[in-house]
This record gives sequence, C-alpha cells and structure tokens, in this order.
Amino acid sequence: MPDFASVISPVCALVLAPLLLALINRTKAFVAGRRGPPLLQPYFDIAKYLQRGAVYGDATSWVFRLGPVVNLAVLFAALLIVPWGAIRSPLSFSGDLIVVAGLLALGRFAIVLAALDTGSSFEGMGASREVHFAALAEPALLLALAVLARVTGALSLTPIYQGITASAWVAALPTLALAAMTLLVLALVENSRIPVDDPTTHLELTMIHEVMVLDHSGPDLGYIHYAAALKLWILGGLLVGLVMPLRSGALWLDGSAMLLGMAILAVVIGMIESAMARYRLVHVPQFIVGAATLSVVGFILILV
Amino acid sequence: MFALLETVHALGLLSCFALLGTSRIGACIRWLSFQGILFGLVPLIVHQGGLGWRAALLAGGNIALKGIGFPLLLLRLRARAETNREVEPFVSFVMSILFGIFALGLSVWLTSELKPALHQAPFVMLDSSIFLILVGLFLIISRRNALMQVIGYLVLENGIFVFGVITVVGTPLLVELGVLLDAFVGVFVMGIAIYHINREFGSIEVDRLSALKG
Repeated sequence: MPDFASVISPVCALVLAPLLLALINRTKAFVAGRRGPPLLQPYFDIAKYLQRGAVYGDATSWVFRLGPVVNLAVLFAALLIVPWGAIRSPLSFSGDLIVVAGLLALGRFAIVLAALDTGSSFEGMGASREVHFAALAEPALLLALAVLARVTGALSLTPIYQGITASAWVAALPTLALAAMTLLVLALVENSRIPVDDPTTHLELTMIHEVMVLDHSGPDLGYIHYAAALKLWILGGLLVGLVMPLRSGALWLDGSAMLLGMAILAVVIGMIESAMARYRLVHVPQFIVGAATLSVVGFILILV
Repeated sequence: MFALLETVHALGLLSCFALLGTSRIGACIRWLSFQGILFGLVPLIVHQGGLGWRAALLAGGNIALKGIGFPLLLLRLRARAETNREVEPFVSFVMSILFGIFALGLSVWLTSELKPALHQAPFVMLDSSIFLILVGLFLIISRRNALMQVIGYLVLENGIFVFGVITVVGTPLLVELGVLLDAFVGVFVMGIAIYHINREFGSIEVDRLSALKG
C-alpha cells in the first residue's frame, strides 16, 4: 500500500524535474559570464507548448502521434519504480531494475519510431544515431546496476539503494566509484548532454536527440521536453543516490540531502558542458564503451 | 593494506584501459608514467615492515626510471621525431577496449588457476600482473607507431616486475636491480633505434619497416 513516504519521490520528480534543466542552463550562463534565463523558464516553455495546437504532416500516421505520449507514459511508470536515494519508491519487486532499463528503452523506441514515421531523412539519421549509441549505453546501464546489485546483494532498486550506506562505500570503494563514473557518463549520454550531443543546437549534421523531434509541435513537443526533464531526473537520481550514502531514516534529512545532491549534479553537468567540447561522432561509441568498461572492471573487482 | 592494494589494482586496470583507448601518444606516455609510479609502490605495500631499505630502493629505482626517466625520454623522442602524433592502431580503439575486457577475464581465470601454487601472493596483484603482460603484448602487436611498441614493452615489463615482486620472496637485490638495468638499456637502445629509423626514413610506422629489406 503506497503511503506518504513512498509518494514523495515521484511527486518531487514531477514537480522539480524541469528545474534541473534550468539549473544546468543557469550554470552554463554563469560560466559564460551571462545572466541566463530565469529558473522557471522550462516550466514556462512547457506551459507554452501545451497551450498551442499541434501540426501533423500529411506523411505521418498514428505512430507519429503515439511516440511522445508513450515516451511520457513509460517515464511516469519508471518514476514509480526508481527510488530517490534513501527514499523508497511506491513499487518495488525483485528484478525491477531490468524493468526500469526496459521502460527507458521502450520510451526511446517510441520516439525513434515516430521519427522514422515522418519519412524525413534527417530524422532517420538522428534515429539511427540514437539507436546506435543506445545499443552501447543500455548494456552500460545494466552493468552499473548489476554492480550495485552485487555489492548490496539485493535484486530490487529500493533495497539496493537502501543498502548503499557509508559502510558499503568503505567496503567496496573502488567498485562503487567506478559504477558512479559509469552512471555519470550515462546521465550525459542518455540525456543528450554535451560531450555526446548538444541539446541546444539545431544543426542537423551534429545532433542526435534534437533531430528526431524536429517535426513535433505543440503539446507533443511539450511532452517530449517534459519527458526529457524526467529522464534526466531519473538517471541523475540513480547517480546522486549512489554517491550520497546518507541513510538516516529521517525523511526530511534524506530528502533534503537528495535535493542538495541533485542541485550539485545539475551544477556539475553545467560545468562539464561549459568546459568540454562535443566529441566527434566517431568518438562517441568509444566514450560509451569506455564507460561500460568501468563497470565491468568494477564488477570483476567485486568478484575477486 | 588490502584496501590499498585493491586501489592500486583498480587504478592500474584503469590506466591499462586508458592506454588501450587513447589515440594521442603524449597522453599514452603520461598514462605510462602514472602506471610506473603506481606499480613502483607495490614493493612498499607488499613488503610492509619486512625489508625496509631494500623495498625502498627497489620502489625508488622503479619510480625514478619508469615513472620519470622513461616517460621523459619518450616525450623527447616524440618531440624529435616530428611525425604523426596519433597512435594509429591496426585494431580500432573500441575493439582494443573489448580485448581489454576479454584479457581481464582471462587474467582473473588464470589467477584463480595459479592461486593454489602461489598462495602467498595477493590475488589482486597476481591478477594485475597477468593483465599488464597481456595488455603490453597486445599494444606491441596492434599499434603502428614504433613509440607505442616501446610503451607496450614497458607495460609488459611492469607486469613482469609486479609478478616478480609478489611471487618470488627471496630474490637477491642485485638480480632485481639488474632486471631494472636491463629494461633501462632496452628502452635506451629502442629509443636510439627509433631516432635513427625516423631520420633515415622520415617515419616510425612499423608497417613501413618492410622497406628496410634490401
């Protein structure tokens, strides 16, 4: 029976996720010496998109309309399963980490199908890149979660994250650090952040995720932007929950630690985006495989 | 002590993967220097307390040579041989990293097979030493640039050094320092050879060395 404590993490995600994007943008603006958009700008954007009408091309079918809805729906479903650090999720069952990976993959599948449905060659190119990198990123996510499952001896995300305490960090420091590095890279890759993809660019030759959603408009685009914020929140929550091993049991303490952690993560991502250039497309697979390797090394370290 | 060895093990594995996945020779040399310093510390950790000045001499000699001396020599050589500064692999970087994962699995398996015979050696270091040897050999055969073959040789040497330190308990100091001297002379000769090859042919790519045949 979902009680008050377990509802906190989905509600926080639904309300605060766009704020994460705003914080990243503010950090980038600060580093560049600008003031940056207001912190509520992503909310304004999404509200604006939701008020508009949608335009559908003649060449598109129901697959195109379904894409953003399915994507948003699976992220809602994933939010119910993913714990937020010490705060447990409403749903928890054995093997739910694989369900989360599957849900994220399903959302991507829906968006890719919608992109292919337009028949535009640009969107097809973006879809092809997205799937190429996802094929490398998904094993990396599963490996990182497998490392955490192995360290804590649990097979469900909530018990796993309950088990990552300060003493678990002391016992398996190198392994957990490697898994955290993999999750950081994944947070960048899956959310099309800078070393892999630039979320602000609209140059077809270089983008991955943005090129797939070129034809969406109105509420559909709003759904996609909101879903992107939720995805960043979910993957960021997995990372912050790992590196912030505070498991006090007091709800307000754990919650505020996680909030602080998420804010720090947003600033770190903003700094990475300001300090790094985008990789050439041919180097991206190398980057993702390298991240997966970190988890493999971590897994082998815990085995021996 | 165990956590310290485990950290050296993890950093050592990462440095090997970095060597397998880096495309710039300068970066590879810096990783090699890091690795030399890292594994130079192993005698101090393993022989903790037991043999003071001997372990210190061995560690100091190793760090000075492999952590500082060889990398400086290689950096100078790279600056002199004004050729391509890329590694130019025969095998792509992604495949190299996948080989690294395979080699890691192999070395863990070999270590668990060897363990009954070498029960006094710490498992993680035995594992690193076999992994270093495999990666060193792979770097030698898979890279086109002759400097990378020196780097591969030194990674291999690191592996043999670690294996020697942890398995052979009573090696005379003279032998261990002699091995170090051998490595020094080896790298020195390779450096001179590469310098001359570069001056004569304007390139240090090994697949062009067949032009040496008369």
